[in-house]
Amino acid sequence: MPADFNWAIGGEAGDGIDSTGKIFAQALSRAGRHVFTSKDFASRIRGGYTAYKVRTAVDPVQSVVDRLDVLIALTPRTIDENLDELHEGSVIIYDGDRTTMENVEIPDGMIGLDVPLKRLAEEAGGAIMRNVVALGAACEVSDFPIENLDSALEKRFGSKGQSLVDNNKEAARAGRDYVAEEHDHEFDYELETTDNDYVLLNGDEAIGMGAIAAGCKFYAGYPITPATDVMEYLTGRIEQFGGHVVQAEDELSAINIALGAARAGARSMTATSGPGIDLMTETFGLVATSETPLVIVDVMRSGPSTGMPTKQEQGDLNMMLYGGHGEIPRFVLGPTSISECFWKTVEAFNLAEKYQTPVYIAADLAMAVTEQTFPPEAFDMDDVEVDRGKVVDEESIEEWQNEKGQFKAHALTDDGVSPRAFPGTDGGVHMSTGLEHDELGRRTEDTEMRVEQVDKRNRKVETAREREDFSPREFGDSESENLVISWGSNEGAMTEAIEFLEEEGVDVNFLSVPYLFPRPDLTDEVESAENVVVVECNATGQFADVVEHDTLTRVDRVNKYDGVRFKADELANDIKAALQEADQ
Amino acid sequence: MSSDVRFTDFKSDKQPTWCPGCGDFGTMNGMMKALAQTGNDPDNTFIVAGIGCSGKIGTYMRSYALHGVHGRALPVGTGVKLANPDLEVMVAGGDGDGYSIGAGHFVHAVRRNVDMTYVVMDNRIYGLTKGQASPTSRMDFETSTTPEGPQQPPVNPMALALASGATFIAQSFSTDAQRHAEIVQEAIEHDGFGFVNVFSPCVTFNDVDTYDYFRDSLVDVAEEGHDPTDYDAAKEKILDASKEYQGVIWQSEKSVPYGEKHGLDTNMSEIDEGAPEGAMDLVREFY
Ligand SMILES: Cc1ncc(C[n+]2csc(CCOP(=O)(O)OP(=O)(O)O)c2C)c(N)n1
Ligand code: SF4
Repeated sequence: MPADFNWAIGGEAGDGIDSTGKIFAQALSRAGRHVFTSKDFASRIRGGYTAYKVRTAVDPVQSVVDRLDVLIALTPRTIDENLDELHEGSVIIYDGDRTTMENVEIPDGMIGLDVPLKRLAEEAGGAIMRNVVALGAACEVSDFPIENLDSALEKRFGSKGQSLVDNNKEAARAGRDYVAEEHDHEFDYELETTDNDYVLLNGDEAIGMGAIAAGCKFYAGYPITPATDVMEYLTGRIEQFGGHVVQAEDELSAINIALGAARAGARSMTATSGPGIDLMTETFGLVATSETPLVIVDVMRSGPSTGMPTKQEQGDLNMMLYGGHGEIPRFVLGPTSISECFWKTVEAFNLAEKYQTPVYIAADLAMAVTEQTFPPEAFDMDDVEVDRGKVVDEESIEEWQNEKGQFKAHALTDDGVSPRAFPGTDGGVHMSTGLEHDELGRRTEDTEMRVEQVDKRNRKVETAREREDFSPREFGDSESENLVISWGSNEGAMTEAIEFLEEEGVDVNFLSVPYLFPRPDLTDEVESAENVVVVECNATGQFADVVEHDTLTRVDRVNKYDGVRFKADELANDIKAALQEADQ
Repeated sequence: MSSDVRFTDFKSDKQPTWCPGCGDFGTMNGMMKALAQTGNDPDNTFIVAGIGCSGKIGTYMRSYALHGVHGRALPVGTGVKLANPDLEVMVAGGDGDGYSIGAGHFVHAVRRNVDMTYVVMDNRIYGLTKGQASPTSRMDFETSTTPEGPQQPPVNPMALALASGATFIAQSFSTDAQRHAEIVQEAIEHDGFGFVNVFSPCVTFNDVDTYDYFRDSLVDVAEEGHDPTDYDAAKEKILDASKEYQGVIWQSEKSVPYGEKHGLDTNMSEIDEGAPEGAMDLVREFY
């Protein structure tokens, strides 16, 4: 029996794929199993193929793999779409009564389980529960005690009344019993349960939760896939902590509303995806020159233009590093896992306020819309620290006033950071502007002051390099001559790829880089390695370029830009190939 | 807030670089007077300005202020006010800033009805970029970029506001100092979004919509006995293209400001030193 189990439900958008998948994932998580989910979805509401995949094991799982053990196929296309991942012995659950599934052909060597999903659901109280019947069938196939499904059903339907919960439980049992009685197959799976306590969440939710944890009170945004979940998460929750969400008329407005709230002293955030970042870029420059702390989340998707809204890519790195006219000091944090989405968001608020700069959080679709299990301690709120930086009050303000009693909000300081007075502070009156300005914040074209202000703003980056820890996360064999570097959501697949590679006798040292600017200096690591491979989800190797620029050394590249995230086994093969080529 | 604030306390020590005679001087003086008369002081006032000659106003006034990017002052003001309802927020800009590049934001700011005041210095031309047609320029007004006139009807700012569900619409004339200050004061005192379109002539680039023109054609609705809470009467005035009106044209008695509707009454700059109380419940929700 394999260590991990891979399950999927697929059909048309509107078939309830997402919620069914989520129920199963939750049931597994509540049964103390590790879960990693992924979604295949098209950019439409009805029609079009969608699938929800769940990988589960007793040990932690960090990525998807190229294998499917059980597939609930609501449409024939579901089978076609997943042919590559199905293997001998894979189980396909389908409803042969459904007209489109009548003549479906189960590929050779696979097990087709024809289960009258709709009929059994109707008997249990309503056709709408046919997906739950299928879940019951899947429990039987995977030898997963159906009682574990009950608690997930209660969570999902509890608020709608006990009878609905009971009907769903009955539907699940009907599916289970049907398979047990009507199909005399022996299945090779056994999903053990444990006493472990896990939570299951996606990256967007982790970002939203991180924001609240960090004391963010204000969010303004405009809906866009795959960042909308951040806004939906915050709506209704941030209010419980004294905050507010504004749905703006567009991203131009969203970032300006968020900027206004930040000027008023609130910890403030906006989130969007590539096209929205394009619109925000003008104001991004204003945020930096007016020295306003602001957190901007870019949940990257396939570009350019509207590209592939529901597909993975890490194509916006250059825009986050360099976007905007003129030269703009900034921070770019790149969480490398779902739990890091939480912690990097907390850190983003501290960096934004300590250095009074805009901070980008470079998240990506693969991380944002997929869920993973964690022990609750992974989000221990006691570990959250809040550092508001150089905020002055009525007493300390005098130190920062000129002889006329005017507040120097843009004072030239050694560390590049000026004092900050929240509006309402007596004696702190000042203006800020996107125009080049003097220490009081007033427009100037004085050549000396221009240079001093530019240097002052850039000095923040130097100060941060001295004061903060921008280290990469290290995995694998630090002695290996093969160095792999990646950023963003590739970390999970890569940590598993290391195991695949080990089995094939290839050792690697892997550095996962969560700080994209300022970033760690990797010169020593790159110079001491024989082969260096940079892994990323884009076509041109934007991070590889950056590594070459920083280290003055050519690196090899593994790029994926078909819209699908790296799978662990596939990535291992790609890396092996890249290393072999480098050796030739 | 202190009661002994004089309007000159809102004046910065920076000399305006506006052309001598520019309408913006009068507009600004009226704003400062109105702020002082409503009991505000610079420490609790936040001014957001757009880009243009008009947008420079934030530099010449003294208060907490942000001079933003072109057309986006209203969203900034929205964020400031919602995050700290104790602040008096005033947004100012030009007709190009507000009705062209920022037209979308104008419509939505009106709809949102945040309790702030929006003053548009309408000179019916682009001043800072040296004399191109603006959205309020007349059809046949010849400019450097429209040698035969824009050949498009001008935007009617008050109609745009009314159609967007405005709760306060007024118009004033910058040089009629007393009246202008009074009208801005009423906008500040209005519970909700107070919109004032101010005729603020550009003496350098606009030789049509001049002081003389406005002086001759302006009709004060107060003198006509206009009731601003009468929607139909307001609509009639707003759609009447034959005259230029001054005064409060429309004020809804049913206005509920955004902040009140959403229960926003705290200054959000105050936060805990660590994660807020009860934050661990957020994690448990994912169980
Ligand atoms: C994005 C952007 N586009 C164009 C400009 C150039 N610009 C500066 S002011 C202005 C027009 C201002 O006109 P108006 O708002 O009527 O103000 P006025 O100068 O007449 O007071 C323009 C187009 C700019 N600063 N930013
Ligand atoms: S150009 Fe016109 S609007 Fe600008 S300052 Fe001069 S008179 Fe005023």
